Amino acid sequence: MTVTAFAFYVFAISAIGAGILVVFSRNPVHSVLWLILAFISAAGLFVLMGAEFVAMLLLIVYIGAVAVLFLFVVMMLDVDFAELKASMAEYLPLGLLIGVVLLIELGLVFAHWNFAPEAAALRASPTPSPAEIANTQALGAVLYDQYVYLFEIAGLILLVAMVGAIVLTLRHRPDVKRQDVVAQMHRDPKAAVTLIDMKPGQEGRAHGFRGK
Amino acid sequence: MEPVILLAPLLGAIVCGFGWRILGERTAIVFTTATVWLAMLLAWVVFYTLPEEVQHIRLFPWVESGTLISEWAIRLDRLTAIMLIVVTTVSALVHLYSFGYMDHDPEWKPGEVYKPRFFAYLSFFTFAMLALVTADNLLQMFFGWEGVGVASYLLIGFYYRKPSASAAAIKAFIVNRVGDFGFILGIAALYLMTDSILFDDIFAQVARLADTPMTFLGMTFRSSVELIGFLLFVGAMGKSAQLFLHTWLPDAMEGPTPVSALIHAATMVTAGVFLVSRMSPLYEYAPTAAAFVTVIGATTALFAATVGLVQNDIKRVIAYSTCSQLGYMFAAAGVGVYQAAMFHLFTHAFFKALLFLGAGSVIHAMHHEQDMRKYGGLRHKIPLTFWGMMIGTLAITGVGIPGTEIGFAGFLSKDAIIESTIAAHSGVGMYAFWVLVIVAALTSFYSWRLMFLTFFGEPRERGKYEHAHESPWVMTVPLGVLSLGAILAGMIWYGDFVGEAWREFFGPSIILSEHNEVLEAMHHLSFWAKVAPFVAMLIGFFVAWLFYIRDPSLPRRLAENQKLLYRFLYNKWYFDEIYDFVFVRGALRLGRFLWKKGDEAVIDGFINAVALRAVPAITRLYQRAQSGYLFHYAFAMVMGVVALVTWIMMRGGIE
Amino acid sequence: MMSADLFTTLPEILLVLMAMAALMWGAWGPGARIAPVLLRLLAWAMILVGLGLLALGGDGAQTAFSGMFVDDFYARVVKMLVLVAAGLVLLVGEAHLGKQNLLKFEFPILVVLAVTGMMLMISAGNLIGLYMGLELQSLSLYVIAAFNRNSVRSTEAGLKYFVLGALASGLLLYGASLVYGFTGTTDFAGITQALAEGARSLGLVVGLVLILIGLAFKISAVPFHMWTPDVYQGSPTPVTAFFATAPKFAAMALIARIAFDAFGGMKIDWAPVLGVLAVLSMFVGAFAAIGQKDIKRLMAYSSIAHMGFALLGLAAGTEVGVEAMLFYMAIYVAMNLGTFAFILSMEREGQHITEIAALSNFAALAPGRALALLILLFSMAGVPPFLGFFAKLEVLKAAWQAGLTGLVIAGVIASVIGAFYYLRIVYLMYFGPETEPMESRMSPTARVVLTLSAAAMLLGAVSTFGFEDLLAAAARSLVQ
Repeated sequence: MTVTAFAFYVFAISAIGAGILVVFSRNPVHSVLWLILAFISAAGLFVLMGAEFVAMLLLIVYIGAVAVLFLFVVMMLDVDFAELKASMAEYLPLGLLIGVVLLIELGLVFAHWNFAPEAAALRASPTPSPAEIANTQALGAVLYDQYVYLFEIAGLILLVAMVGAIVLTLRHRPDVKRQDVVAQMHRDPKAAVTLIDMKPGQEGRAHGFRGK
Repeated sequence: MEPVILLAPLLGAIVCGFGWRILGERTAIVFTTATVWLAMLLAWVVFYTLPEEVQHIRLFPWVESGTLISEWAIRLDRLTAIMLIVVTTVSALVHLYSFGYMDHDPEWKPGEVYKPRFFAYLSFFTFAMLALVTADNLLQMFFGWEGVGVASYLLIGFYYRKPSASAAAIKAFIVNRVGDFGFILGIAALYLMTDSILFDDIFAQVARLADTPMTFLGMTFRSSVELIGFLLFVGAMGKSAQLFLHTWLPDAMEGPTPVSALIHAATMVTAGVFLVSRMSPLYEYAPTAAAFVTVIGATTALFAATVGLVQNDIKRVIAYSTCSQLGYMFAAAGVGVYQAAMFHLFTHAFFKALLFLGAGSVIHAMHHEQDMRKYGGLRHKIPLTFWGMMIGTLAITGVGIPGTEIGFAGFLSKDAIIESTIAAHSGVGMYAFWVLVIVAALTSFYSWRLMFLTFFGEPRERGKYEHAHESPWVMTVPLGVLSLGAILAGMIWYGDFVGEAWREFFGPSIILSEHNEVLEAMHHLSFWAKVAPFVAMLIGFFVAWLFYIRDPSLPRRLAENQKLLYRFLYNKWYFDEIYDFVFVRGALRLGRFLWKKGDEAVIDGFINAVALRAVPAITRLYQRAQSGYLFHYAFAMVMGVVALVTWIMMRGGIE
Repeated sequence: MMSADLFTTLPEILLVLMAMAALMWGAWGPGARIAPVLLRLLAWAMILVGLGLLALGGDGAQTAFSGMFVDDFYARVVKMLVLVAAGLVLLVGEAHLGKQNLLKFEFPILVVLAVTGMMLMISAGNLIGLYMGLELQSLSLYVIAAFNRNSVRSTEAGLKYFVLGALASGLLLYGASLVYGFTGTTDFAGITQALAEGARSLGLVVGLVLILIGLAFKISAVPFHMWTPDVYQGSPTPVTAFFATAPKFAAMALIARIAFDAFGGMKIDWAPVLGVLAVLSMFVGAFAAIGQKDIKRLMAYSSIAHMGFALLGLAAGTEVGVEAMLFYMAIYVAMNLGTFAFILSMEREGQHITEIAALSNFAALAPGRALALLILLFSMAGVPPFLGFFAKLEVLKAAWQAGLTGLVIAGVIASVIGAFYYLRIVYLMYFGPETEPMESRMSPTARVVLTLSAAAMLLGAVSTFGFEDLLAAAARSLVQ
């Protein structure tokens, strides 16, 4: 067994194992951690396939941003998973049945798997040989040239997501103080600071501090 | 000119019916009468200037659906021209007569306006009848056919406050539906077989149809023409009150008398005869159907005449007489002498309208008393009406000099019919001949009975007799004009209709097959065949004289002696009772069954069960699923996915 | 090459640029005051682009971006209808949004972006392109469903729609990946080619079914419709009006596109699936609407039932069927525009109300509007001689010609059941007991839309003024 093969099996097994544990761990924080492991394993698989750019994206975006965000959300929301699980048990038999049926059917589909002979040729973007062109460069050609149409739509989708997030969450509450940079910078210290001549022995509490 | 004849009465009807509030009652009815008179004048002009060829005057396209094309066109030939003058003349005279007859009608309260409505209906009827006779295709004819049906319904039921009038109107309408059903089946069959409803197209294909079999109600007819001829005749039976579909005509006398004269004597009821004559090319190829026409015609003549013997209502006697005379016409048409049928139609229009209007005048004089037993001796009180009625009676009974062409109108036309039946030299012809000769005697008897009871003897109701008075000129003038017709129409036109000149006269409007030589044979009959009807008429007259002048107690004694026969005749052969039992009660019973069991129990029950139980139950069940919980929704989706995927895999067909 | 591609997609690019310019203006410009101006500008822009598209587009067909974007006559006709419908909804809803304090400048922008997504869907020539268009549309719709963030119901509506929509998208993607796996391509043309070479297999069938399910969710076909009533009821009414019109048409057009353009060789597989969805939708729509008390909820079930009928046309699998579907959808959209123009105006004491009971005895209050609504409701119920009847007739005829006798009978029965709840509203309006009076304040635009749509239902029976020919040509260009 070559090192490559060995590495593949390690990453593959850890990806599947972590995936299963995401679903089954009792503690949601643990689930997120397992998810991170699954991502890392997937990134490893990408590296083995020579797609180091995607692997790095996975590490930076999915783990560095998404998974961490998940962790925050899970920790902040304090969902009562015990209750959810209780109601889940109610539907378990039926759900299980449906799952099994679906599994069998997908198994049947898998059993019929046969590529059309020309499928390989038809594949839209075969991976170029690393010798010819750098991985990132090839990705760029695919993204910004061949699939610019889809890429632009993706950009639009993200725009919508951003606008949506702002529209749905941004509130201008009159009673909440917000940072006003210009006002801060133009502040006159004379107006803000008053010197109080405090006699020793007097209690500061009597006058208190004024200021902004 | 022809479109004016057709449309002027319609204009009159619309203006009079809807515009009398603006125009005023008097102006409105004068206007509509004027339109009909205009139509009459033009109709006579057309009659005398008729070209030899058939004319088609297209007015506007009407119905176009696939090969079913019907233009609104006027077909102008001799048949149409005859009908035009009959319809417009009688209608014009009846319009005039109605000025007097409908004045101060006791059915209406003072101040109620009814005359414009009456005149509008009359004019509308005239329009519909003209549409019928000018039709260039069967659909157009059917339009007129139904139009006169509607007008007849409206006019029979004109006294809508009288329950009997409403019932009679409904009866007329419903009985006619039976006939019309046959008619429209006939039209449909013709359209099916020839792909056209134009007369010209149909006539051109009749010879082919005669050899084409047709299946109807599971029965196969060797010649489709026979079937079509039969179906069309069913329509004619309804409109012309022939046996089995005759029951509505006597009841139709509930309408005002001018209506009876116009619609139920002179014009509408002859539409059936007109139809058979119009379809002469067809009946020439349908010997069986034609024989059926003859048998029904002759039998109707006999039936109606026997019933007419014992009726006491003056209008009913004339109504049965009409029924009987129509039978004559059909008998002639059935043996292939359409000319004689049309001739009798023509003369009959004059003398029968005369009799009806005369009877109306009598009724008017006797303050709307219609029972002849309460008349008597009226000839002194209303001499003009008497003479009019006398002429009418002489005409209908067929007084003339046998062997010559001199006589009253009915003499020439009726004898022509009777002669034609024997000239046909066939079994049905023989049957028709003997029946019609007997009927001639019966006709004579009941006609003279009417005259004797009404005008002779002692007044039997003194009070009304004393107040009886002659009708105004608007009523007597039409009587005079019609009297002229009743005297002269036969003598003037005998040669044209059934004499040697018939071919030039009718032109292409009546088409006979080469084998039809009945009309020729008619002129070479033995003397006794020609005299037989005359003798029969004399017998009838003599018996009537015996019964009602010589010994007025004889009828009563005879009636008591022959109770069964008397009651049989008096009750019109029990047709109404049988129909009532079989059809009316049967229909009511069926209706009640369908209503109670079919509609209320089954349909309502089912609908109520579905609408009030099942649907709300399903809705409630569904609303429980629509719980608002997200995971329920997602679950439903997943279920849907699994079900669909499973189903599509189970369907198979995929390797 | 690139410039030709850009030119082909010019209408979409124009709309996007306008949306982004509007976004800039709204964010940095004078603030909330300009929202109504923006709304009108964008609405008219959409209508003009729609009409221009059809007027200038000719009747040819071309593709862009190596087949990912198809611009044929079918696409242009459907886009025109979608754009006009969306523009009208915006114009009609403006007054209501203002009153409910919802008129933020982002609203029209999101609508424009959603419509752009729909246009991409309609023109899709590739599974990925299809998915991207769908998501652009859906994401915008999720946001505007929750637009009234102060309302729990609106937020809930947005959330439900989002979660279930994600599930549906997942199914669609799963199906798409199966298709890709079995044919080796995501191009519609490639799939057609692979099918012609005999690639039809179990995996492909399952993939197709999953894609159809993903799209069935968007047109709220049963059993993927559960979100519809809740979202219709919870969303602000102008949003509901929008949901009921443009996206339905776009998604339906997309189903037709994928069925004929990509899977034309698998008619025997998709036609029965669509048939089943059609029957279920017709019946559930008819049954569930009975007993509804909220008119927006009722309209949700009504649209489910209508989608069933439109699917029936598609299930026929013929050109006539597509034409019937387009005809049905166009009439459906027109009817909904009019009806929602009215629903938007329902008020009592300044508050928007949606209870059906409030319509009681409405005819005495405003006979003209009641009559217009009566015409629309009769038309929706499929009562002759209104246009809705002919729409149903066409669809049933197409299905009948395709030999789907059972479906036709089911359709007739369902339409009879469905007639009940439409007629119930009419009954209430004309013969209902007197209740608290309802006010109906309509802006001139709403009034025009209501009148026009009612008049169209009435006059359409006489002549559709060449509209049917347009749709027939569109259907022809798709099925070819």
